[in-house]
Amino acid sequence: MATAETGIGKAAKRKEDRRFLTGEGRYTDDIDLPGQVYACFLRSPHAHARINRIDTGPAREAPGVVAVYTGDDLAADGVGGIPCGWQITDVDGQPMKEPAHPALAQGKVRYVGDQVAVVIAESYHQAKDAAERIDVDYDILDAVVSPAEALEEGRPQVHDEAPGNQCYVWELGDGDAVDDAFNRAAHVTRLDLVNQRLAPNAIEPRAAVASYSRGEDQYTLYTTSQNPHVTRLLMSAFVLNLPEHKVRVVAPDVGGGFGSKIFHYAEEAVLTWASRKVGRPIKWTAERVESFMSDAHGRDHVTHAELAMDDSGKFLGMRVNTKANLGAYLSTFAPSVPTILYGTLLAGQYTTPAIHCRVTGVFTNTAPVDAYRGAGRPEATYVVERLVSAAAREMGMDQAEIRRRNFIPRDAFPYQTPVALTYDVGDYDATLTEAMRMADVDGFEARRKEAQARGKYRGIGYSTYIEACGLAPSNIAGALGARAGLFEAGEVRLHPTGKVTVFTGSHSHGQGHETTFAQIVASRLGVPYEDVDVVHGDTDRIAFGMGTYGSRSLAVGGSAIMKALDKVIDKGRKIAAHMLEAAEQDIEYDDGTYRVAGTDKEISMGEIAFSAYVPHNYPLEQLEPGLDENAFYDPTNFTYPAGSHICEVEVDPDTGKVEVVNFTAVDDFGNVINPMIVEGQVHGGLAQGIGQALLEQCIYDPDSGQLVTGTYMDYIMPRADDLPSFRVGTQNTPCTHNPLGVKGCGEAGTIGSPPAVIDAIIDALSPLGVRHLDMPATPVRVWQAIQDAQGSRAA
Amino acid sequence: MNVSLTVNGKAVSAEVEPRTLLVEFLRDELGLTGTHVGCDTGQCGACTVHLDGRAVKACSVLVGQADGAEVLTIEGLAGEDGSLHPMQAAFHEQHGLQCGFCTPGMVMAAIDLVRSYPGASDTTIRAQLEGNLCRCTGYENIVRAVRTGAANMEAQ
Repeated sequence: MATAETGIGKAAKRKEDRRFLTGEGRYTDDIDLPGQVYACFLRSPHAHARINRIDTGPAREAPGVVAVYTGDDLAADGVGGIPCGWQITDVDGQPMKEPAHPALAQGKVRYVGDQVAVVIAESYHQAKDAAERIDVDYDILDAVVSPAEALEEGRPQVHDEAPGNQCYVWELGDGDAVDDAFNRAAHVTRLDLVNQRLAPNAIEPRAAVASYSRGEDQYTLYTTSQNPHVTRLLMSAFVLNLPEHKVRVVAPDVGGGFGSKIFHYAEEAVLTWASRKVGRPIKWTAERVESFMSDAHGRDHVTHAELAMDDSGKFLGMRVNTKANLGAYLSTFAPSVPTILYGTLLAGQYTTPAIHCRVTGVFTNTAPVDAYRGAGRPEATYVVERLVSAAAREMGMDQAEIRRRNFIPRDAFPYQTPVALTYDVGDYDATLTEAMRMADVDGFEARRKEAQARGKYRGIGYSTYIEACGLAPSNIAGALGARAGLFEAGEVRLHPTGKVTVFTGSHSHGQGHETTFAQIVASRLGVPYEDVDVVHGDTDRIAFGMGTYGSRSLAVGGSAIMKALDKVIDKGRKIAAHMLEAAEQDIEYDDGTYRVAGTDKEISMGEIAFSAYVPHNYPLEQLEPGLDENAFYDPTNFTYPAGSHICEVEVDPDTGKVEVVNFTAVDDFGNVINPMIVEGQVHGGLAQGIGQALLEQCIYDPDSGQLVTGTYMDYIMPRADDLPSFRVGTQNTPCTHNPLGVKGCGEAGTIGSPPAVIDAIIDALSPLGVRHLDMPATPVRVWQAIQDAQGSRAA
Repeated sequence: MNVSLTVNGKAVSAEVEPRTLLVEFLRDELGLTGTHVGCDTGQCGACTVHLDGRAVKACSVLVGQADGAEVLTIEGLAGEDGSLHPMQAAFHEQHGLQCGFCTPGMVMAAIDLVRSYPGASDTTIRAQLEGNLCRCTGYENIVRAVRTGAANMEAQ
């Protein structure tokens, strides 16, 4: 029922909150099964080493130990490697290099944290103690951690199958047209950019509990996953060779994902396999230090980028050359992130007519790199917006003016970019205008002067970003290398009493699906919000699903539910026609009520549901009983959320400390179902984007390959006192091609914000001669940039 | 070794290994899984509980140190009729949680914060929550929730 508080567009309070607020949430580590034993993974202490011998004898004899397994045990049972779900085709037409990714190391370890063996014991402490008694004879090899260095001649080779550590070279766009644009240019802006490596850091560490029932020949895996069906498919079909229907994967409450829990990890397969070997359920929960070492990381690009303009600041062409670190092995979606999700976004919000992008995917002795919130799109936005802001400074143009001069105008949609995407709709000037109003840009110069009087340098930075979300049309994704479909499944089940259960193949790990989807269903069926429950995360309860990432849950998963609702309503119309003794075409449906047009004869959805399950007065000859419909929805295009972020910082020139004093985000997410949840998603995304800009980075020692930032004492997470209070708003143009008109909001904050922060700092320090900064803009780095600029001025 | 303490108003007593952490005792011995573990270095605050009325990180306290003490966890906050504590209600009202994993620790820390700093400013709230990591909310709505929770607690 579209009540004042819970209808579409209303800030309904979340259904899921109560269990989380009272300690009744059920996360993977909260699950204990009878007879359960515990696993500890022995991980490589070396970045690169040959394994001569593993002696597990002393560990096997340690107190409480049930079993110890190595890669040889897996191989003896025919266990396969961890598969990659996306194949990129090299510029020469060959498939990418795809070396084996054993679930437990075989022959070699390739990064610090690579799993070497698993110990299973009666308690976790016993398993951990015993793991220390495994004696591994390593020949330590030289390691390489930086993507640029890994491509150089004579560097250590991570895989024999990938000479020069090159996984692929991928190109997009018309290189000749770009060359021509640069030949005609009045001005060219050039930048060398580093998009540093990040650790996703969901606060819930990865965990899994696996069990095997001999009686039913059935495996059950509870795991911290954003997409349990995909995990089941990959693990059963490619790793363990198990019948898919004999494997149940449950992702219960999951404490944040941010991409890192999309992927099928080796630990899941090893535990599932071992649960049958030992005949007991096995639990494993990562320690945080293991999370830092073994969760797939994000970003890690080194890029040279160039933007060609005419003398009025109109963009003529863009050229981008990126070396992307893929880590030691290909994680599930890894190859697609710096290619399909990156190169295609380089048009940004602009009419740049010619763009060429070349990406080299590189193996290094580091943890695998895969999708992290935004995945490819933050990297693209960082390149585009840093270029645009630098160009404006070099040309002496206003930051808003250079953007407006190059925006795709609102009447130019659908708009075909030179990098493969067709944007369906947008109004970029509207979000910029609103953001400038909310940020009080007019008052900035006065604030800058006031700060100067206090000895602080104040600056303002802009980012007008676009993203491609709602992943994805399966046929397009397939043509681009996806080895899976990217549709979503939804089911709407009315019970005889009119209560409703909704099943979705997407997964909520903080996004609030139980609320948002219930709002949609309750509104459409005209039933109370309280009467709708949403089920997700269990392959035994939900037909299928591709999970949650790429801001796809509402745009794709919500659309599948809309399709299922249409089927329910259509069937209900047939039942109503029979019960109201009218022709089907004379039945109108509105908000839970079927009515014979032009009469007061009507019947409610609740009565229809009852009739469907107690079909005494029912058109049984034409219609099956029951009211339970499922649907699959495959989108026809990506969605294109876009927006304008404006950041104001103050820099203390004596310490290099940067304070974000104002941050304004105005986004276009299409229609909004729950503005409270959308705002929360933006806040969280901004925190991660600002975290990247100012604080966070994974550092591997360049010589030893050791992960230097392996705890929260070394890896700087944004805390409450690092962040400002955000000003957020929306200026929406509904998506033109999905039934809800929605675009997705989960990643926008992370995509749009980093260049706004960095350019605000550069703007603040430009009076001192600072022209460039890399992320994270730590105090020491900012202070050094000031000293260098001052030094070069003096010289 | 034997420990006896009061947890959420109930006397409990158990034989434990001396190395047992308070958070392990709560989760593994008592099944109070509302208290979470997010790190191994005392940094994330997900395991925050009250020990004799003050917020502590239960990963940094041995259960032996809590012998004879009163411990309050997230499970002990709501009224017997199921009514939420004013701070729990405020987090719901202000959308101060998303995935829920940091939430129990955040709520326990917030209650102590309000008692220690009545009428705290946003700056004080942010500074005092520095020991609790949240990766979902960007803290904006947590700050609002603490403010609302403080007002709710005062009104009670």
